[in-house]
Amino acid sequence: MALWLLRRLVQAGFVMLAMSAIVFIGLHAIGNPIDILISPEADQAERARAIAALGLDKPLWEQYWLFLQGALHGDLGRSFVFNEPALRLIAGRMPATLELAVTAVLLSVCIGLPLGLYAGLHPNSFTGRLVMTGSIFGFSLPSFWVGLMLIMVFAVTLGWLPSSGRGETISIAGVGWSFLTVDGWRHLLLPALNLALFNISLVLRLTRAGVRETLPLDYIRFARAKGLTPGRVIYVHVLRNILIPVVTVIGLEFGSTIAFSVVTESVFAWPGMGKLIIDSINVLDRPVIVAYLMITVALFVTINLVVDLLYTLLDPRVRLGGRR
Amino acid sequence: MIDDDFHQDVASTLTLDIRNLHTHFDTRAGTLRAVDGVNLRIKRGEIVGLVGESGSGKSVTGFSVIGLVDPPGRIVGGEVRFQGRNLVGLEEEALRQLRGHDIAMIFQDPMMTLNPVLRISTQMVEAITAHEIVAEDEALERAHDALASVGIPHPEERLRDYPHQFSGGMRQRVAIAIALLHNPALIIADEPTTALDVTIQGQILAVVQRLVAERGTSLLWITHDLSVVAGLAHRVAVMYAGRIVEEGPVDEVLDHPMHPYTAGLIASLPSHNRRGTRLAQIPGMAPPAHDRPTGCSFRPRCARATAECEQDPPATTPAQGRSLRCFNPMPAGSQGGRA
Ligand SMILES: Nc1ncnc2c1ncn2[C@@H]1O[C@H](COP(=O)(O)OP(=O)(O)OP(=O)(O)O)[C@@H](O)[C@H]1O
Ligand SMILES: [Mg+2]
Repeated sequence: MALWLLRRLVQAGFVMLAMSAIVFIGLHAIGNPIDILISPEADQAERARAIAALGLDKPLWEQYWLFLQGALHGDLGRSFVFNEPALRLIAGRMPATLELAVTAVLLSVCIGLPLGLYAGLHPNSFTGRLVMTGSIFGFSLPSFWVGLMLIMVFAVTLGWLPSSGRGETISIAGVGWSFLTVDGWRHLLLPALNLALFNISLVLRLTRAGVRETLPLDYIRFARAKGLTPGRVIYVHVLRNILIPVVTVIGLEFGSTIAFSVVTESVFAWPGMGKLIIDSINVLDRPVIVAYLMITVALFVTINLVVDLLYTLLDPRVRLGGRR
Repeated sequence: MIDDDFHQDVASTLTLDIRNLHTHFDTRAGTLRAVDGVNLRIKRGEIVGLVGESGSGKSVTGFSVIGLVDPPGRIVGGEVRFQGRNLVGLEEEALRQLRGHDIAMIFQDPMMTLNPVLRISTQMVEAITAHEIVAEDEALERAHDALASVGIPHPEERLRDYPHQFSGGMRQRVAIAIALLHNPALIIADEPTTALDVTIQGQILAVVQRLVAERGTSLLWITHDLSVVAGLAHRVAVMYAGRIVEEGPVDEVLDHPMHPYTAGLIASLPSHNRRGTRLAQIPGMAPPAHDRPTGCSFRPRCARATAECEQDPPATTPAQGRSLRCFNPMPAGSQGGRA
């Protein structure tokens, strides 16, 4: 178990190393941030000073070397634009994104699972078919378009929900959270729904397929032959088996959800990491980009770890580290 | 008229009385008459073997008894009288209360009958609490005793285990323990030893035989293995293409089969044939359920078939306690001797 964990962490370390190198080389190839950061009127001396201040006068390999040294001490550099530690900048924006992504994932389970169960138990009913057709839209409609439509219907036409920002927040441990206030929830709902749409469809289809697959199995028949109530058969015997693939996929999708929040955050002006990274890419703010990607990798690794642990809880046949 | 007297006599001791049962499957290929007029009686404490080729409708008959035929299948006619009460058309909740409590079922593949993600204790306790209000620890105690009674060592530890930690034979013992939890009046066992190797099969048979005898449980043992039936059952019913073509006491039927199909089944038993000679076999294949010939379904494969066989053969009583559906039964004495 400890070995297994260690191996995971080493793997993650290598991924981060490779990724940071790629970003350094890639951004270097795309262009010079100085051209964007400094006004065209600045003279040569000013320009040289700015370049030196950002450390861009050194050769690329040395810049990378310095970055690695800093990274070992938890310093991922300072933003070229804000002149603030990149890590702190991102940490300040992360709660907004996490809040959005977690809400979206919760929504996809709370909506996708019951609908999928229904569609699986009543595959030939009108509602069952309707749900399945609807899920195709969830897969295929572009996220930004759905976001705009949600704004148009619920914010502009009906006027029920606000269309942008986080609303009222309550601060815990120095960061603000929207989900603690009613106004915050009103702001959170539309973007979270927008972000959840794809995952709702995914969970729904996965659940339906799982139900269809599990129902004819012998152990379900045996459970019924024992005289269990239909509720117990479905919510214990069927659901426990379906949860295994659902949890896996949700866990793996959680990372993508965070990544996809870039679009939703832009549409709903949600002040999260996604918006920050888009702005940073525009001005080639390398430290922020690198730090963002490092954090994303760390998140992915953590999520995968949690999924694996959950997996062992849900499926007794799986044991970590290849024991048994 | 013999039939009526017989019925009067045994009505009180009959556990199961299946009368003219029809279970059909509506599919695109047409209506499959999986069970096509089955009559079968099981007395209290009696073990009846139901044998027949794959696809003859044995499992569907078993599932029809406890109302577990899933769509597109449905019971379209007949009665399933259990302890005098017709179960066909009963409400789902009433059937549920019978299942596991009065009629239990055991399945073929022990690797598949237990839910892989639930502990044995969970799966046993829920089977108890589905029918009775009992405290958790009392239910556990009973589960423990049930495991011990089917010969599972260290039941208190095994209760905490998951199915994958058991061997096939042990899992089938667990399934039997679950089936016996409420002391049902009838157990339907659908090929419970087919998936096990011969030594384990023998052990399971012994366990079932002992427990059933101790408790006076009736047993419907579905199998396609005549030799299992020979050693276990009191009576045997031979099923072909959705119907019971011959029925009677095991020894009589196996020693003097009357239906050509039964005779063919016995002749094709490996132990019946002399070493080195080619195994006897029944020519042809069972007709598919959606495309059966008129009259006797065995007609195309039968050496004794005549023009008469294009009519439905009625059920007759050729001897006391036996029944037969055949116009041209095997001549008496010609098929003697089981190996
Ligand atoms: N769910 C179903 N849908 C359609 N047809 C079915 C279904 N279940 C059973 N049948 C049909 O009913 C007939 C009888 O099947 P059944 O399972 O009772 O056979 P069996 O005698 O138990 O065979 P085996 O020895 O293989 O278990 C078969 O022809 C099969 O095609
Ligand atoms: Mg079968």
